[in-house]
Formats: sequence, C-alpha cells, structure tokens
Amino acid sequence: MTAATPAADARPRFEPDLMRRKLAGTLFYGACIFAIVVLLVALLALLFEVLRQGLPWLNANFLTSPPSSRPARAGIFPALLGSLELGIMVGLMAFPVGIAAAVYLAEYASDSRVNRLLQTNIGNLAGVPSIIYGILGLGVFVRLAGLGPTVFAGALTLTLLILPIVIIASIEALKAVPGSQREGAYALGATRWQVVRRSVLPAAAPGIMTGIILAMARAVGEAAPLIVIGAFTFVTFIPNPFAGQYTVLPIQIYGWAIRPQDDFQGISAAAIIVILALILILNALALVVRARLSRHIQW
Amino acid sequence: MQARLVETPERPGLDDRPSNGPAPAPAPVPVIDRGADERPAIRVTAATESAAPAAGEPSANDMVLSLDDVSCWYGSFRAVRDVSIAIRSREVTALIGPSGCGKSTLLRTMNRMNDLIPSYRTDGHVRFDGEDLYGPGVDPVAVRRRIGMVFQKPNPFPKSIYDNVAFGPRINGYRGNMDELVEESLRRAALWNDVKDKLKQSGMALSGGQQQRLCIARTIAVEPEVILMDEPCSALDPRSTLQIEELMAELKRTYTIVIVTHNMQQAARASDKTVFMTMGEDRAGFVVEVDDTVKIFTNPREQLTEDYISGRFG
Repeated sequence: MTAATPAADARPRFEPDLMRRKLAGTLFYGACIFAIVVLLVALLALLFEVLRQGLPWLNANFLTSPPSSRPARAGIFPALLGSLELGIMVGLMAFPVGIAAAVYLAEYASDSRVNRLLQTNIGNLAGVPSIIYGILGLGVFVRLAGLGPTVFAGALTLTLLILPIVIIASIEALKAVPGSQREGAYALGATRWQVVRRSVLPAAAPGIMTGIILAMARAVGEAAPLIVIGAFTFVTFIPNPFAGQYTVLPIQIYGWAIRPQDDFQGISAAAIIVILALILILNALALVVRARLSRHIQW
Repeated sequence: MQARLVETPERPGLDDRPSNGPAPAPAPVPVIDRGADERPAIRVTAATESAAPAAGEPSANDMVLSLDDVSCWYGSFRAVRDVSIAIRSREVTALIGPSGCGKSTLLRTMNRMNDLIPSYRTDGHVRFDGEDLYGPGVDPVAVRRRIGMVFQKPNPFPKSIYDNVAFGPRINGYRGNMDELVEESLRRAALWNDVKDKLKQSGMALSGGQQQRLCIARTIAVEPEVILMDEPCSALDPRSTLQIEELMAELKRTYTIVIVTHNMQQAARASDKTVFMTMGEDRAGFVVEVDDTVKIFTNPREQLTEDYISGRFG
C-alpha cells in the first residue's frame, strides 16, 4: 500500500467538477418546484370549482335553515350544530385521555419491549380505516352500551379514531423536550410529577396542542364512521347530544352530492365551503395557540 | 428512554423541616433526624489523612460530604472504583482527570442524580452530614434540594427569568416573599444588574454566560448546602468563565462547592482542594490523589498526577 501522493500519481487527487455538482443541485431544485406546482394547481382547481358552484348558494339563510327537499330553501343549520357538538365533545374526551396516555408512555413507563410494542401498535391504529372504527362504534357504543345513534355515541367513536393521532403527536412533543430540562427540575428537588407538570408539559404544550387541534379537524371532517353508526339522517332540529338523531356536515354534503340535480350539487358545494372554513379556523387556532405557548421556548 | 426515580415511601428522613413552614433563614443549619446513639463517625479516609492540611487536622464536622468506598455501576460496567474522599465545608473542591474517568458520574452520585438512569447502581456509602444518602428511607427528592446541581450546558427553563428562579422555591413550598427571594438569588449569582429590567423576558434569550448564572441563581434559590457543578464553563467564553469563577469564590463563603472541570487552569485558579482521577485498564475511574490545590499543581505526590497536570498525558 503506497501513499497516494501527487508525485506518485499523475492524476490529480481531487476532481472538483463544480459544474456537474451544481447541475445536480439545480435539477433537484427544479424537481421540488415541479412538485409544489402540481400540488398547488390541483388544490386551486378544486377550490375554484367548489367556490364557483357553491358561492351563489351561500347566504345567511343557508347557515340558519334546516335541510329541505327544495334546494332553494335548504340549509345546513342542524348539520353545522351537529358538527360543532361532535367536535367539542371529541375535544373534551380526546384531550385528557390522549395526554394522559402519552405522558404515561413517554415519562413514566420504562423503556421496555412492551412499551415499544405498544407505541408501534398505537401508530398502526392511526392507520386503520375510519370505517372500521364506525363498525366498532356501532357494536360497542350504539348497541352494546345502548347509547343509540346519538351525538355522544358518535363522539366516543371519533375519539377512539383520533386518540392514536393525539397520543403519537403528544409523545413526539414530550420526547422533543431535552433531557436537560428534566434534570434541571430534578436537581432543584422536584418530584417526578412536578417535573412532568411544571417542566416537561409546559415545554411540550405547543406540540401537544397542535396535534390535538389538527386531530379534531380530522374528526370534524369524517363521514364514513358516522354513516355506519346512524348519523345519515334527515334532521331539521338542533340535535340533543345525548338523545335522538343528528347529522354532521360531511354527511349532509354526501347526501346532497349523490343527488343528480344541479341545484343539489350547488348547495353541496356551499356546504363544503362552510366545512373548509371551519377546518381553516381550527388550523388557524392551532397556529395561534402554538405561537402563544412557545413564546419562551427556543431550544 | 425515560428516567425513573427510586421513590421511597415518605419517612422523616433527610429533610425534616416542614416544607411549607415559614421561610428558612439563608444558609440554614441542617437538622438531621437520626437516632441519638447512632451518630455516624465520619471516617477520615486514607486519601485525606495524607493530605497534610496546612493548619491542623480538620475536624470531622468540617466534612460535609464523605464518600466511603464508593463504586458506580452502569449495569455490569463499573465506571468508578472504590473512591474514598471527603469534601470539606465552604471550600471549592475540583474533580479533574481525563475524559471518561468518571468525574461526572462521581459528582452525580453525590446528589443521587444518577438514580434517574435505570441501570445505575452505587456501592459504598456517600455520607452527607453523617447520614448515608443511599440509606433506606432517604428520598432522593429531598437530597437534591439540599445538594443542588449546575450542569455543563446551561439549561434554563423555557420560562421568564423570574419564573426560572421562582421554580425551585415554588415546587418546594416556599411561603415567603417571592420577589425578594428572586432578587436576592439573582444578586448572589451576580446577574441582577443584567436582568433587573427584563425579569419577564425568557431566560433562554440570555447569553450563554448569563444563562449559566441564571441556573446558579435558580440553584441558590432553594437554599441548598452544597452546589455541584458539572463543567459549568465548558460551553462559555473566557470572559463568562471568569465571571463564574469569581462567583464561585464569592459563593463558597456560604456554600460548599464541588466542581468537575477539564480546564486545569480553572481548577488551579478557583479551587481549594483538588481530586485527581484517572482510569485503569478496565476503564473504571479511580482517585489517584487528593490534596490542596496548590500542592497538587506544584508538588504532587504521584507520578500520574504530575504527568497529567504537566500535559504529558490525558
């Protein structure tokens, strides 16, 4: 083995070939631009089509009227309230349970094989088709627990649906808190609960809140599991969360969209605009909450 | 991987002051709950016996921390072997030695921080004012309030400067005037003048040196007796380092300080006693020599020490 000195080898030891390396960078840059353009065009086309069809139908009456067999008089009031009731109940249930489970898995449980298996499986649950949760909800909440096709039963089902997402997002947020933060609190004589409550959770709060709000946006947009558990109904009143029938916006949209008349297509598009606005508001809320909670945080 | 505390049932162990009683006076005299007839003798170890103290033999009461045959294990790996040293009250004791010789491990054994590592185990005895820190019924949470710690990388909480300092007092049930305690702690950490107009700003917006002084203020605020410092200046520039060293000289009038450092000049400048450690073939660290800092750096007894401080090794 001889040392490759410039003298021993006529070929230069470095071939910078800057042109080629820069070309590779330019090509990748171009590919990224192409991807983003494709995405934006598809999204804008969709949005444009929805707005074109739906805007003419969107007015105050549309928001405050019950559905009707005559498109001109039809509104989404019961579905809108059903969605709001459902979203609030899902939030109230998924928030404490999801955080508690994540805190247990990330902060309390030892890093054992069982723990890792559990976390992997929770991750898998997040990928289970939502209709499966609907079948589960139908069997367990609607029939076995006797709740009937109520908002409450729907909220329980959707809570199960989004819990894996909430838990995974929260675990990631908790793990992102540096160990030095925990040590700092322990070194001041904090108990484990004080470390979690006063040091780790506040530091992880922005990530946790973002995860929960995005998961709620997903729940508000779900139709399939709720169709299975009996929310596909014609409701003209404000739904009682614990008794009687209800429907939600995505199902209302589906109900109108499957009808052949142009007018129903129109009010379906109008309802889509409303649900888009609702989800946009939730996402904006996530941004605001994140910004507020992370004022002090800069690792 | 999450840390786990060895939690022992609450017993009148290390800290028998009522946690929510009136505000304790600064530099509190520890009250140790122990049987009247089992006053533990603090052994003056071989290392300290040969330390040849300048002005008479130190009385056992001066020795606030004494380690007796301490070995530290991570699982089946022994990181520190048979260390017997005593730390004298209101002095700065420096732990020096090559990387990986177990200085930090030994330091973290002194306030049970290593309990947070699941596979960790300590053999031997670490006595704090005569009481075995690893004895049954001793709660590590109580230990850590009385033996505080400042870390290598400044780790302020993502909270305001005020809340950083108030954190410890709050979790420990401090009932006095919080504003006064925060101000006093920041003054003693030589940070007050820098931050007095921005107490509501984030502690993380401070410079590295200021962050480390904030961490010291935070540690002082719970009124510990011993402050352990794990390479507190390794992430700081020379000017901030000097400020921390000046601060240590001031703090040792009230507190006992044990500092791990890789900076030999720092050990020479800032410490009264120096413990030189190195590691053997099995990578287990051990203490080579303990003595007055002046003696270690001018006329060490051991060849290993001389090689290390003169830069021929490590």
